[in-house]
Amino acid sequence: MNSQNVFDTAGPDGDRLATLAWLLFGGGLILFVAVLGFLLVALYGAARVRRTLGNPRFIVAGGIVMPVVVLTALLLHTLGLARALGLPMPGGEPPLRIEVIGHQFWWEVRYPGTLPGGGIVTANEIRIPTGRDVVLEVTASDVIHSLWIPALHGKIDMIPGLVNRRTIRADRPGAMRGQCTEFCGTQHALMAFMVVAETPPAYEAWLDRQRLPAATPPQHEMGRAVFAAAGCGGCHAVRGTEWDARIGPDLTALGGRLTIGAGTLPMNEGTIAGWIAGAQDLKPGNRMPSFANALDGPELRAVSAWLESLK
Amino acid sequence: MTPTQALPNPLPRPEGELEALEEVWKRPRGWRFVTVVNNNWIGVLYLGTAGLFCVFAVILSLLMRAQLTVGGNDILEAGTYNQVFTVHGTAMMFLFAVPAVEALGVYLLPAMLAARDLPFPRLSAYAFWAYAIGGFFFFLSLFWGVAPDGGWFMYPPLTGKEYSPGINADFWLLGIGFIEISAIAGAIEIIVGVLRNRPPGMTLGRMPIFAWAMLVFAVMIVFAFPAVILATILLELERAFDWPFFLSARGGDPLLWQHLFWFFGHPEVYIIFLPAAGAVSMIVPAMAGTRLVGYGLVATALVATGFLSFGLWVHHMYATGIPSLSLAFFSAASFAVAVPTGVQVFAWIATLASGRPRMEVPMLFVIGFLFIFVLGGLTGVMVAVVPFDWQAHDTYFIVAHLHYVLIGGMVFPLLAGLYYWAPLASGGGLRYGRWVFWLLFGGVNLTFFPMHVAGLMGMPRRVWTYPEGMGLELWNILSTIGAGVSALGIVLLIADLAKNFRMSSGGTDSNPHKAGSLEWLPQGNYNTRSIPLITSRDPLWDQPGLAAQVEAGQHFLPGTVSGRRETLVTSAVDAAPQYIAIVPGPGWAHVIAAVGTAGFFLALTVQWVMISAAFGAVALAAVLYWLWTGTDLGPVRGPADIGGGYTLPLYVTGRDNLGWWAVVVLMLVDGTVFGCVAFTHIFLWLSNGPESWPPSGTTLPGLMAPAISAALVAASAAVVMLSDAVLKRGGRWAVAALLLVALALLGAGMGLDLQALWEAGVRPTAHAFGASLYANQFWQLLHLGIIAVMAMYVVARIAAGLVGAVRRVSFDVVRLFWFYVVGQALAGLALTHLFPRGAGVA
Repeated sequence: MNSQNVFDTAGPDGDRLATLAWLLFGGGLILFVAVLGFLLVALYGAARVRRTLGNPRFIVAGGIVMPVVVLTALLLHTLGLARALGLPMPGGEPPLRIEVIGHQFWWEVRYPGTLPGGGIVTANEIRIPTGRDVVLEVTASDVIHSLWIPALHGKIDMIPGLVNRRTIRADRPGAMRGQCTEFCGTQHALMAFMVVAETPPAYEAWLDRQRLPAATPPQHEMGRAVFAAAGCGGCHAVRGTEWDARIGPDLTALGGRLTIGAGTLPMNEGTIAGWIAGAQDLKPGNRMPSFANALDGPELRAVSAWLESLK
Repeated sequence: MTPTQALPNPLPRPEGELEALEEVWKRPRGWRFVTVVNNNWIGVLYLGTAGLFCVFAVILSLLMRAQLTVGGNDILEAGTYNQVFTVHGTAMMFLFAVPAVEALGVYLLPAMLAARDLPFPRLSAYAFWAYAIGGFFFFLSLFWGVAPDGGWFMYPPLTGKEYSPGINADFWLLGIGFIEISAIAGAIEIIVGVLRNRPPGMTLGRMPIFAWAMLVFAVMIVFAFPAVILATILLELERAFDWPFFLSARGGDPLLWQHLFWFFGHPEVYIIFLPAAGAVSMIVPAMAGTRLVGYGLVATALVATGFLSFGLWVHHMYATGIPSLSLAFFSAASFAVAVPTGVQVFAWIATLASGRPRMEVPMLFVIGFLFIFVLGGLTGVMVAVVPFDWQAHDTYFIVAHLHYVLIGGMVFPLLAGLYYWAPLASGGGLRYGRWVFWLLFGGVNLTFFPMHVAGLMGMPRRVWTYPEGMGLELWNILSTIGAGVSALGIVLLIADLAKNFRMSSGGTDSNPHKAGSLEWLPQGNYNTRSIPLITSRDPLWDQPGLAAQVEAGQHFLPGTVSGRRETLVTSAVDAAPQYIAIVPGPGWAHVIAAVGTAGFFLALTVQWVMISAAFGAVALAAVLYWLWTGTDLGPVRGPADIGGGYTLPLYVTGRDNLGWWAVVVLMLVDGTVFGCVAFTHIFLWLSNGPESWPPSGTTLPGLMAPAISAALVAASAAVVMLSDAVLKRGGRWAVAALLLVALALLGAGMGLDLQALWEAGVRPTAHAFGASLYANQFWQLLHLGIIAVMAMYVVARIAAGLVGAVRRVSFDVVRLFWFYVVGQALAGLALTHLFPRGAGVA
């Protein structure tokens, strides 16, 4: 599931781009071998052949006619391809709209219209249904980022003050990795996310779970209290509680996500505790402080357990 | 050309002529060597410094390779890694690639054109010293941890004050400032030198391909660098004074930077490649022992590349959300540039086929170049395909592509050139070339080929680490091993140079490769003893006995006619002799000016404003001293016989003068910057939409004030014209008085406009609208300052009796630039006052 391979595709546009890549490699290889072949003949060939290559007409043929023909064909092919990319699925449902906002160094993901007067907000993970067009509306809150899900489509830049759109579609359920590809500061390298494609019923079920506010069963009361005392709510929102800050990721259903720290570590109770204690050691320069000195062991375990239970 | 006497002239030369020539061209000895200006020495210093900076940048790349060998490595922490990759990229582009090819031109062109020197030797020497000093400090910034860390492309808002509060970004913006100055100084030198310092008879059609390439290179600098100059000025204004050009919250647009940067940045690639291609076009015929096949096609291809490269910049921005119609256009343009490159590749193959290639070291590097560069060119076509680029963009595939293009397209030709031209500069020959070649060829391919794979497997660029489980380990280990092999090659190259390169003017055999071009004539510090009459493209092949005739002083200008350093000036197209220009010799002024310039920018970086101003004043004083003592010497003697029946003056005024040409080139640079100012207005207008440009609540001054400003500014030009007429009639103090009046008019016009804008309540910090109006003001007032210095300079020359009806080059140069400044000011007024009114209702 860590693959970011361009050829490890999961949707029609990813397939098209992979096919295009093979076409380009094949064509490029033929031309490369041809040019080197000419060079070898020019150096070591028979005198008669070399005389032919030494004619200015050879320059016109190889340097003008050949590239014009090849490149015109390639241009027409790619223009056609560019039109096919992101075409709405014939007879499909209207596309699903998801907003993705880039932050230093994490991803805010919003599902407009999924709650009365708003929508659920999650982070560092985009859940989509299979077989349906999804329009990603992307922008950034601080600096320029770029969203890349190689399995589904190419990059689209996230630029402050501008909303860009990219339509994706996954054919097959599964998790795939994406990453920021525009240099965005210290921890550009550790700004990744997951895309999880699920069958439409599974997606609807996930959405229903997300709609629920966070619950705090009695065994997690201490965790919630630690969260309050440590001031976590100053940056994070947990829907169903008094905390609704938007500086850091929304934690309403943190435990249900696949990774923590924007793809830095897999999600479990231990890594949550590790992240809270040592975010600055795991991902130096990110905006989350390390709480190793502020929280003792039991406190850390309690708050991590509560957060892990939110799914 | 109608020579009245045949050349060569078989008569014996007068006694002492050669000694006098050697005496005036003698190089300064000992510690005075720093005052040297002769291109033979500045060129080598320049190349050596560029090579040293390249080695520094390579060391940084080895650090990065060490860090990336395995995922999760901690040799470099994230922040340091970002500084290292930023300095690596910036240094390779600005401190190595451009200066190295420029240096190659400075070194080779006079020899290839049989000129005694370039037309403005102190300008090249100044450019070299400013670059060398500035470059060292740029690297030193790493040791203090204040090196730039926003990437060599410096995209805002990441590089704006909010997200880069330290001085790191300023180091880039100001540090690149003097590199820009030195690149433009070099471009002026090369354009004027190639067009006006060719030997008689060397028409444009007989010019060596390398000179064509350098000409296109220099013209491209003139039109490309202004965009990055303006971009750095705007970003520095935003950082220092909060003028929001790139902040979307106040009407700015981050994409403005990307357009300006890549309008420079893409031509930059060809700026680096073309001189290298020109070098290959010289080496291949010599190694094959035959003429270049398709000379006309190759020269046309160079010019076409220059043009097309300005239409490609958006192919760095395919993922920014630009409409698909524009993408199709830029994709087509990117494909088109493959054609002139293909022409050159096939011309080299054709030339090799029609001759008998010798597999010497330069030839090995040429073959290595073809292998690596063609591969890089093919991946270049791939990334010009928009949908493919969406996948490849900003991954290691691009890292692989650009290193194939730049190492293949520039480093290998440069090394071919090093081994090919070393006999010109060194008594001893270089010996380890074959080993160097195989280590570098193997190492470079092993380093960069796996990066294609790593990129397509999902490895983004500019990452200090990568997670396990993405399958990237093998490819990164291979790359690191390759980097080590390449480093061995570089160490061996340095050893070869250290052991076997001995600087001297030429070895015993002046033409070891049996080449056809003029740099292989016997050379001294003055280059050739006499300046040959040229009748062919390959004179040493087609004009038998030329070397001996030239060495015996049987061609033009075999000595010095004024007892000073001189070079022959010819017409731009036909190379008909026009006059003998006196060129300056060694001196301190340009060195002090360079120290002042570098100090000015460096002190500004660390915000020592007063110290910076002091350095700036020193630089200005040194430049004025050098102009005062070294230019516009007047007719030091009457017309002199140069042989071949030509008697030429030593002093001309008007359009034939070299200084006039230099100012014209400078005006093209300034005009392009101003064009970019206008682009900034138009781009921000489009980005904001007509309904919010100007933003609501903005009041522009009424049209009365700008009309008066325009009248005052235009009147200043009229007064300058009047002063010209007075000067022609021999007036002196009246000319000075008129220039001061003209200056006052210009100052009043510009001042009035600034005042009107301010009083109308427009502020540069409120919105990008105001910021772009004041950017225009900034540029206009900068020119007012320049004109003020120029006017006072001419007034002082008049007072000293150095300007008159005959001796008037200083005046002519100032007059020409004055007209430019007036024209630019009028266009600036239209941009400020008419454009928003038209744009608002549109």
